[in-house]
Amino acid sequence: MTVRSKSRARRTLPLHVVLIVVGAVMAVPLLYAVLSGFKSTDQLSDNPFGLPDPWVGSNYTGILGSGSFWRLVGNSTLIAVATTVLVVAVSALAAFSFARFAFRGRELLFTLFTMGLMFPFAVAALPLFLLLRSLGLLDNPLGVILPQAAFGLPMTIIILRGFFREIPGELEEAATLDGCGPFGFFWRVLLPMARPALGTVSVLAVVTSWNNFFLPLLVFTDSTWWTIPIGVQQFQGQYSADTARVFAYLVLAMVPALAFYSVAERQLVGGLTAGATKG
Amino acid sequence: MTSTFLPDKRTGPGVDLPPPSAAAARGRARRRVFHWLTAVGFQLPALVLFIVLVLLPILFALYAAFFRWGGFGMPSDYIGTENFTRAFDDPVFLGDLWRCLVLVVLSLALQLPFALAMAVLLNQRFRGRAVYRMLFFAPYVLSEAITGVLFSMIFAPGDGLADQILGSVGLDGIGGEWFADPSMVMATLFLVMTWKYFGFHMMLYLAGLQSIPKELTEAALIDGANAWQRFRSVTLPLLAPTLRISVFLSVIGAIQLFDLVWVVTQGGPDHHSETMAVTMFQFGFKRYQVGYASAISVVMFGISLVFALAYQRFVLRRDLEGATTTMRGGGK
Repeated sequence: MTVRSKSRARRTLPLHVVLIVVGAVMAVPLLYAVLSGFKSTDQLSDNPFGLPDPWVGSNYTGILGSGSFWRLVGNSTLIAVATTVLVVAVSALAAFSFARFAFRGRELLFTLFTMGLMFPFAVAALPLFLLLRSLGLLDNPLGVILPQAAFGLPMTIIILRGFFREIPGELEEAATLDGCGPFGFFWRVLLPMARPALGTVSVLAVVTSWNNFFLPLLVFTDSTWWTIPIGVQQFQGQYSADTARVFAYLVLAMVPALAFYSVAERQLVGGLTAGATKG
Repeated sequence: MTSTFLPDKRTGPGVDLPPPSAAAARGRARRRVFHWLTAVGFQLPALVLFIVLVLLPILFALYAAFFRWGGFGMPSDYIGTENFTRAFDDPVFLGDLWRCLVLVVLSLALQLPFALAMAVLLNQRFRGRAVYRMLFFAPYVLSEAITGVLFSMIFAPGDGLADQILGSVGLDGIGGEWFADPSMVMATLFLVMTWKYFGFHMMLYLAGLQSIPKELTEAALIDGANAWQRFRSVTLPLLAPTLRISVFLSVIGAIQLFDLVWVVTQGGPDHHSETMAVTMFQFGFKRYQVGYASAISVVMFGISLVFALAYQRFVLRRDLEGATTTMRGGGK
């Protein structure tokens, strides 16, 4: 037994060495940011590697005590939730029709949506900006929410369609016999059954919206509606000399995304792999 | 599965048995139209959103690309293909294409093989593998803006973490000025991209690896294949669909790269890290040459489209079915 486990340990030693090295490269930037946030900027240049001495909490507390940071969090949350509700609701209807109806033009329409996966957002950015300007949607959260939802449609529809197709046809026949129309079946049978898939696409939509940078950069010219990614970039520009404070700000800006990831890891990874392979 | 909302199956309580007459044929036709309207009605909200905010803007860019236009009023100064010839004469834009190619080659040659190696390592059973998996994927969920700011500070010349570490082991100056150095900026950018994105590809590969039946590698083992032969002849071919999709996503990502570059260098120093999207942004939103910027958008779109269609036609088509069936469990 011991001989075997020893040889096993020797065999897996290179594996662990590689993983520890790669893990360090991945983790060090993040840990460095956390620790640097607890230093003063002078301390940071004198003592870049060591633990903070003394620990300075004022970078973090100062940011958390200011209304502007919480405003960014609020804006990002509002925009992410609104985008998600919109894109999931609209996509669920479309995916239901794709998965459960045979109708003329279905394949054409579906191809149209899947082509959307290949449209880089940057291609549409310029005319989209002009459109939003003429609609008066600049500096309006709808100016970010609506396009985000529109660009989220292809992926969401593809994932939901795949899921809806797997629900057995017998259920639908039973519902029809019980007097359910198409919408009744969709609302009372399909959606409750599709909760895991809805969770997956919602998590994807939240993360995409939360991290979006390009669109808010175009749409929000003044700071009222800035989201976290815009706020981070602005903060670095404003306090570039105060490095420790920028690190603290970065760390606080990462916390919501990482916390969300730790809660919703399964949906996120599942959604990304399913989306990638079904697209 | 099979669709049950077919026109002819709609025989609910309100529908009488059809008598064999012209009236019945009309009734069937009416039912078919009603059925079509129902199906399309469900599509309508998505379709409106998609057409207005995705398709029309792209078509409009296609139109505006043929005008000299500052972005106000409607374009009226038609100049034919001049914007396109100007783009392909512009060393900055040609540089964008070159840098895009460099990033694609680096990704395919280094980042994806690295992601695959990590996936193979983490596909084994040992304590702590969930922690590594989570750690490697974590950067993917961070915003590009946050990643960009973080690494612009880590690679700050002189007192950033990277130079401090190199200095402490006596390798000062190996990175030069990092993002500020024309000859280093793309390499540094690629490092950051690898840090941020390899975990995503690794997760794709892990999902693919986990769907390969154990019996196959065990059978190869019994046949006397060593670890490399098992990987080369069993695992790799079965992973091919996943690999092809990951390559596809990687190339499309390189074509539209914007956020990270904009936050870290804005394309500098002296255009040495500029991408197509950054050039488009500069001309469209900073210099108000909207016609020219539209032409750049159109070229980007053209490249994505040609690549996507060619890839689908020649590479993806034969195993699309396999990919969707092997990965079916991915969402659960």
